[in-house]
Amino acid sequence: MTIDPIHQFQVQRYVELLHVSGVSFSFTNSAAFMVGIVAAIFFFLTYATRGRTLVPGRMQSVAEMSYEFIAKMVRDSAGTEGMIFFPFVFSLFMFVFVANVIGLVPYTFTITAHIVVTAVLALMVIGTVIIYGFVRHGTHFLHLFVPSGVPSFLLPFVVLIEVVSFLSRPISLSLRLFANMLAGHIALKVFAFFVVGLASAGVAGMFGAVLPFAMIVALTALELLVAVLQAYVFAVLTSIYLNDAVHPGH
Amino acid sequence: MDATAAKFLGAGLACLGMGLAAIGVGNIFGNFLSGALRNPSAADGQFARAFIGAALAEGLGIFALVVALVLLFVA
Repeated sequence: MTIDPIHQFQVQRYVELLHVSGVSFSFTNSAAFMVGIVAAIFFFLTYATRGRTLVPGRMQSVAEMSYEFIAKMVRDSAGTEGMIFFPFVFSLFMFVFVANVIGLVPYTFTITAHIVVTAVLALMVIGTVIIYGFVRHGTHFLHLFVPSGVPSFLLPFVVLIEVVSFLSRPISLSLRLFANMLAGHIALKVFAFFVVGLASAGVAGMFGAVLPFAMIVALTALELLVAVLQAYVFAVLTSIYLNDAVHPGH
Repeated sequence: MDATAAKFLGAGLACLGMGLAAIGVGNIFGNFLSGALRNPSAADGQFARAFIGAALAEGLGIFALVVALVLLFVA
């Protein structure tokens, strides 16, 4: 048995759909999980809200709580005008949240542990900020980079810093989610290999394997916390960045 | 020095940055907790802000982790 904690992230091709000049468009396990996640969210939310009772049942409560949680978050950080982005932020949160939690189930594929997925999500956010900012405010959107009340001799440096910090946002937004999921899953698999390696070493090893096994249980609990927290952080930072598009120039 | 050895040393050194980010995250939550104990009624309103600060501080540590991973698996 070879020890390869990276194997869980391998993208496997199921069906090749199209092959254009050396680039293959295939239905992979990554795509299958994405479809599954979207389907799970869709069926859960439609099933939970099918009755639309005034006093919500258990399922409807969960749906309403997630709705109100994100609605409050967007309203707090982007204001009432920012609520036009509520469907966007809600979809992003649910997608990342369900993807992170499903990825914790053994033998599943964690799509958010791939930087290409998180980078596309982050570029969607920053693209929305830039396009909406320019469409809504025109060149006034550029006031985002020029804070008021800065001495004129400092202004070029401050503008430079603001531009660099704006450009690093999609990088840090995507890397944070990607690296958290990647590091957590690698750590889980490393401890899993400790259990297998010790248990195969005889009776004494069996007793020794209890320790890394307990560590896996604790790490899984920590990873569940990280999965929820990173989905939350992704959504909060998204609504803060969207606030810049709605209210530029602070 | 052997190039592979230098790569592993570099990856190990990059992990120091993660420890420094841990200090930053600990600072944020420590100060949040001490503030929250002084004024518990205001704590709930600042909870999201504490997490945003922790996420930003953690992001810099994540960059160090990515440097280590790139050295180990890509470069």
